[in-house]
Amino acid sequence: MKRSYREALRGALRAALAGDPRVFMMGEDIGRYGGTYAVTKGLLDEFGAERIRDTPLSELGFVGAGIGAALGGMRPIVEIMTVNFSLLALDQIVNTAALYHHMSGGQFSVPLVIRVATGAGRQVAAQHSHSFENWYAHIPGIKVLAPATVEDARGMLAAALADPDPVVMFEHVQLYNLEDECPDLVEVDIVSAKVRRPGSQLSLITYGGSLPKTLVAAERLATLGIDAEVIDLRVLRPLDAPTVLASVRKCRRAVVIDECWRSGSLAAEIVALIVENAFYDLDAPPARVCSEEVPIPYAKHLEDAVLPQPEKIVDAALSLFGEPPP
Amino acid sequence: MITAPPSGPVPFDDALARGLLADMLRVRRLEEKAAELYGAGKIRGFLHLYIGEEAVAAGAMRALSAEDNVVATYREHGHALLRGMAMRSIMAEMFGKVEGCSRGHGGSMHLFDARIRLFGGNAIVGGGLPLAVGLALAERMQDSPRVTACFFGEGAIAEGAFHEAMNLAGLWRLPVLFCCENNLYAMGTALSRSEAQTDLCLKAASYGVSTLRADGQDVVAVHQTTRAALERLRNEGVPVFVEYQTYRYRAHSMFDPELYRDKSEVEAWKSRGPLHTYSARLKAEGRLSEAEFLALDSQVGDEVEDAVAYAESGTWESFDDLMRAVHTASPAA
Repeated sequence: MKRSYREALRGALRAALAGDPRVFMMGEDIGRYGGTYAVTKGLLDEFGAERIRDTPLSELGFVGAGIGAALGGMRPIVEIMTVNFSLLALDQIVNTAALYHHMSGGQFSVPLVIRVATGAGRQVAAQHSHSFENWYAHIPGIKVLAPATVEDARGMLAAALADPDPVVMFEHVQLYNLEDECPDLVEVDIVSAKVRRPGSQLSLITYGGSLPKTLVAAERLATLGIDAEVIDLRVLRPLDAPTVLASVRKCRRAVVIDECWRSGSLAAEIVALIVENAFYDLDAPPARVCSEEVPIPYAKHLEDAVLPQPEKIVDAALSLFGEPPP
Repeated sequence: MITAPPSGPVPFDDALARGLLADMLRVRRLEEKAAELYGAGKIRGFLHLYIGEEAVAAGAMRALSAEDNVVATYREHGHALLRGMAMRSIMAEMFGKVEGCSRGHGGSMHLFDARIRLFGGNAIVGGGLPLAVGLALAERMQDSPRVTACFFGEGAIAEGAFHEAMNLAGLWRLPVLFCCENNLYAMGTALSRSEAQTDLCLKAASYGVSTLRADGQDVVAVHQTTRAALERLRNEGVPVFVEYQTYRYRAHSMFDPELYRDKSEVEAWKSRGPLHTYSARLKAEGRLSEAEFLALDSQVGDEVEDAVAYAESGTWESFDDLMRAVHTASPAA
């Protein structure tokens, strides 16, 4: 049946809460308010205030409490309203959650799932439009997910909860209304990247909120005679290098699309991966489409101009071919 | 400020009274040896000594039950040892050997032991407080009677983590015993130079957390106050904050030239030393002879030497194992 990304996430949360008494949620306005993005709407009535736990505006405190609860035998799902506010909790995520297993000589694991809304495109200005997936993907000890499809929105949570280590899941705000066919039960892995559109002449590599834009760009490229393959990374740490490299070796050209700022971006890591491992398979230097290096502006025309867009992806792709192929 | 040295009869039976003395002595001798081995290059990195503060861990740990959770800081050799970690395991960890409690991954600041529910060894000031709140929440949700004791220094009170954790614990009425070891200096910064309000109990009370204060150089007062705190926590169902007023006799770490405090101040606090004042009280009551003290000290000395030999003969972890330990091994692997 057809459902939205938001409904798929809610379905996944409901199934997790119903299926395991250790699972509970904490976050700002997830209960009575119904969730900032309405993902958790209705869950308070269904599961009660103990398990759908509204918190004060204390990101460091409640993420740390999530870590403690995970150590204490529970399976907490912590919602951080946006990635912008997750910076207030970064100490607990990086200095505690990511390190405890290794630093304790393997004695403790932190089975914590952190859900974070991310990204720009809603004219909410610089302090509410960040993309910091690359910061998290830098840290050994955590796994980083970016569901970009309704199917992954439905399926990734269960896999994240089954993981014994901390998992950070980024939900791009532009995806919540995305609709697609999706069955009630979905099983997905949190290991592999996926080919979302097969192609032969160009690899377009992306994740999260940039996937729909990239698919649009691929269709336009098709009308120009370029057969592009679209890779959805899905898992940003650890990266599925073989899938990326297989596509690049086949297509011999690559564009990486990433809403993070270009310098030090995840796109930079993907390009490094390609250059280190598939340099002699390339017919052109890899290209990147990232956000312009300015704080994200409020005015719509400026915000649109700053972010990756299908036209920019098409232009970057065409630049790799010199002249259009016959 | 407390000035008179701890004195008066020890209102405990012999087992507890002597146990507390042995506890403090074990921590003291372990750390004196650690400082010596640091000088010899056997122990490296940071080494934060608890010397002078032993009465706090000794008195508090004996008030907790074996099932309770403990969260500690980077100055936690005493907490780990008195919670029940083998001295061998602590020493091997400080040597960086795989026989150490954390396989040599953590060192002095990161002593962990799942069997005794010791959740670190957290070297981010204030970092353990939200963790303790979460542990207490997990116990509550699982209908467990466990209490979570969280040790931290007064320096942590300047961190946001302290205030967020206190608020959550107070708001949700969680069974956390907040043990504030106020040794007056956050590294080199005196409490009066870092806090506008130096009454720490007042801060805790503003979060609906019950408060108590104890002379942290008096193991009797520490133990009694901690018992009272736990009783209050269990009976009233509220978190409790205890301020233990204590003093660190040694430098903050091994790199500290101690430019920030007068020698006379250190000497004044040493006159209130937890070990010698306590053993003097037991002797005054005729419950401990000098010969008995020396026998105990010699026994502790043997334990320390055994721990050093164990650490010396330990092995180094292979690099391949190190890389595997970043994530939890899956059951299938």
